[in-house]
Amino acid sequence: MSIEEINSPEYVVPAEIRQQVTLTTLDRIYNWGRRNSVWPMMFGLACCAIEMICTAAARFDFARFGMEVMRPSPRQADVMIVAGTVTKKMIPQIVRLYNQMAEPRYVIAMGACASGGGPFKEGYNVVAGVDKYIPVDVYIPGCPPTPQALLNGMISLQKKIDTESLKKVRWYKKAPVEDIPVPVLGPDLVDPRKYEAIKEYNAHLAEQAALSNAAPDQQYPENPA
Amino acid sequence: MSEQMIVSQPAQVYRWPAEKVSKDSRQGYQGYIVQADYLLEFARLLRDEDGYDYLSSLTGVDYPQDNILEVVYQVYKTTGGTGLMYKVQVPRENPVVNSLVSLYPGAEFQEREAYDMYGIHFESHPDLRRILLWEGFAGHPMRKDWKEAFYEEDAKPFKNRWPAGQVSRAEDKVPFHDNVEYPSDFDPDNWVSESETLLYESLKKVQEEGAGMKTDRIIVNLGPQHPSTHGVFRMVAVLEGETVVELKPVFGYLHRNHEKIGERNTFLQNIPFTDRLDYITSMSNNFGYVLAVEKLMGINPPERAEYLRVMMAELTRISSHFMAIGFLLNDLGAYFTPSLYALEERELILDIFEAVSGSRMMCNYMRFGGVVRDLPEGVLEKVRELVFDRLPRKIDELDRYLTDNEIVRSRCEGVGILTPEQAIGLSCAGPMLRASGVPYDVRRADPYSIYEQLEFDVAIGVHGDVYDRYLVRIEEIRQSLRILQQVVERIPDGPILTGKPAYQVRVPAGESYGRVEGPKGELGFYVVSTGKPNPWRYHVRAPSFINLTSLPPLCRGGKIADAIVVLGAIDIVLGEVDR
Repeated sequence: MSIEEINSPEYVVPAEIRQQVTLTTLDRIYNWGRRNSVWPMMFGLACCAIEMICTAAARFDFARFGMEVMRPSPRQADVMIVAGTVTKKMIPQIVRLYNQMAEPRYVIAMGACASGGGPFKEGYNVVAGVDKYIPVDVYIPGCPPTPQALLNGMISLQKKIDTESLKKVRWYKKAPVEDIPVPVLGPDLVDPRKYEAIKEYNAHLAEQAALSNAAPDQQYPENPA
Repeated sequence: MSEQMIVSQPAQVYRWPAEKVSKDSRQGYQGYIVQADYLLEFARLLRDEDGYDYLSSLTGVDYPQDNILEVVYQVYKTTGGTGLMYKVQVPRENPVVNSLVSLYPGAEFQEREAYDMYGIHFESHPDLRRILLWEGFAGHPMRKDWKEAFYEEDAKPFKNRWPAGQVSRAEDKVPFHDNVEYPSDFDPDNWVSESETLLYESLKKVQEEGAGMKTDRIIVNLGPQHPSTHGVFRMVAVLEGETVVELKPVFGYLHRNHEKIGERNTFLQNIPFTDRLDYITSMSNNFGYVLAVEKLMGINPPERAEYLRVMMAELTRISSHFMAIGFLLNDLGAYFTPSLYALEERELILDIFEAVSGSRMMCNYMRFGGVVRDLPEGVLEKVRELVFDRLPRKIDELDRYLTDNEIVRSRCEGVGILTPEQAIGLSCAGPMLRASGVPYDVRRADPYSIYEQLEFDVAIGVHGDVYDRYLVRIEEIRQSLRILQQVVERIPDGPILTGKPAYQVRVPAGESYGRVEGPKGELGFYVVSTGKPNPWRYHVRAPSFINLTSLPPLCRGGKIADAIVVLGAIDIVLGEVDR
């Protein structure tokens, strides 16, 4: 945001005090401060992390956008760039890291895998997109996205920050922001939010088995989730 | 095909009667089948008397139609030459094989992987736990009859996409709208996760051994989210003060089922997947895979393609070693400055990859019988400038800044020492092995492509410590530049592909093991074909995974800060470790 945009007060400021006084809205100045120091978490999963490092390095240099401060701790980070394939073994840690991040927090799904499973979607240990568990603000396509694409994604995030308003942001609501339940590694990845659905489905299978007294047929019930 | 047939016949094989060791007579197969009871003895004699001291690869294969699970061993001599393949077959219901860890400690993680993926039980293995998945996971996924939630068909291309199918979302076809399935008796209310129990139990023993002293031993987790672990790698250490008493690596946080997907893909579809193994060295990965399949197909690329492949593989080695050195210094505390120097040069190499293949990292450049595109105009000049002028200067610069740096020397010298015997026994490869003074380089020991015609020296170290691993990498960059200078001068004109480009290649039935000297070490591909468009078995011998077998012995007794440096010097890439 340029200085002219911040200073668009929609009031007529007399010419003689224009040099001393700036009129703006709280939202604008608040977002201006936040959008120019988005600190990413130092958190790489796979191939995309290498391109993320390249974006941080000399040629692309995202320090130009105020994003160079990579924090290894989730407590100090503003944006989590999910850079790579999210596996079932890793998703409990990712959710926990997300829960540990302080508000305001953002998530960028970088690359095909983080957005929807990518080339590995069919894999038995792959979560088809990190948005199955945590909310995502910006999706960046590509396998891996080029550094330019990542920069574009970061700029999109800045634009999103620009549109936020103090009146509506969730971190100033009275109710606390609830943690996302951390999935557990069982016979497969178990999402605590789906316990009921699993029980229902298994009961359904048992019923079918009792009815036919043979192997349960493979007909799935209508959308239990 | 012809070079495959000449397998050197070791004396052992003659000495054993046919009912114990027999030649594998299936069509297109090589090697020998050893009866399970005699495996240990046969392997020991082969190692001690015939000199096959290096266990390169160990993997399982499932043949449900014959009701057998097979364990395939590839052994080599560190003095060079072609290797030997032998197999053990066990019934699927009760797969028990003797563990080779007592002979080759390098088998430890590979046997755990075969146990994890196939459920093959290795008798007398010291620590047989799941390795890539977690304890409690239902089933052994690489078995042919195991199907995941998003399973569609056995082989690609799937009918719903090709030739004129309608694509549907996999989520819409499964009960939980997600890539999960549970056994029918699974009850979420009365169930406790056991994913970590075995790991901590085994470490608790070590922890309690120290009880009674004034200090307590504590268990510390490093990773999977930790800035020094080069990705999602986890080490669980038992510490006494700052000293590491025991350390266990935990893998699988980036296990993305490369091999299961690879067996469903057509042969050609696997090439872009190999890019994503060790994502810093995609060209080398392509190279290893196409060599393995070309062996099966019995074709050879034209000369220009060979030169192009070698050029790309050596450029990859340079960029990978630059990164390895940069990030090793990161681990030493030189926060990001050396890696920025390294990344600057890497960008120039990536420019060349982008020009020839269209992608910076995932090149997907090689094809069976050649390469996919010729060099665009002006690229050879760029390479020439890089290898004759810029890179030699830059490597000298890095050398000048780092090699005699006092902090580098005091942190690296004498840390993580690996003797040559240990290094061979642990199946270490690449700079890890050579830094211990074993001059074993696949490019020289078992030459492929045009390496026989090129002049270069195998870089070796003397002390086997972290510092020597660093020095070997610096020297290998210089040798790669030497190779590149010859390649640039000599590259001939001509075709770049044998035959016509095809979407579907015909691969005769049989098996082959192709290997290249990747930047991280020996990268091998074991491919079994049944004559269908898809490989029956596709296994990757991942150098950084197997090099990690040496991590616990190297860290024991050292300081926790040194464990980080040792890990940095092994130079792992998680895409390859976990596949």
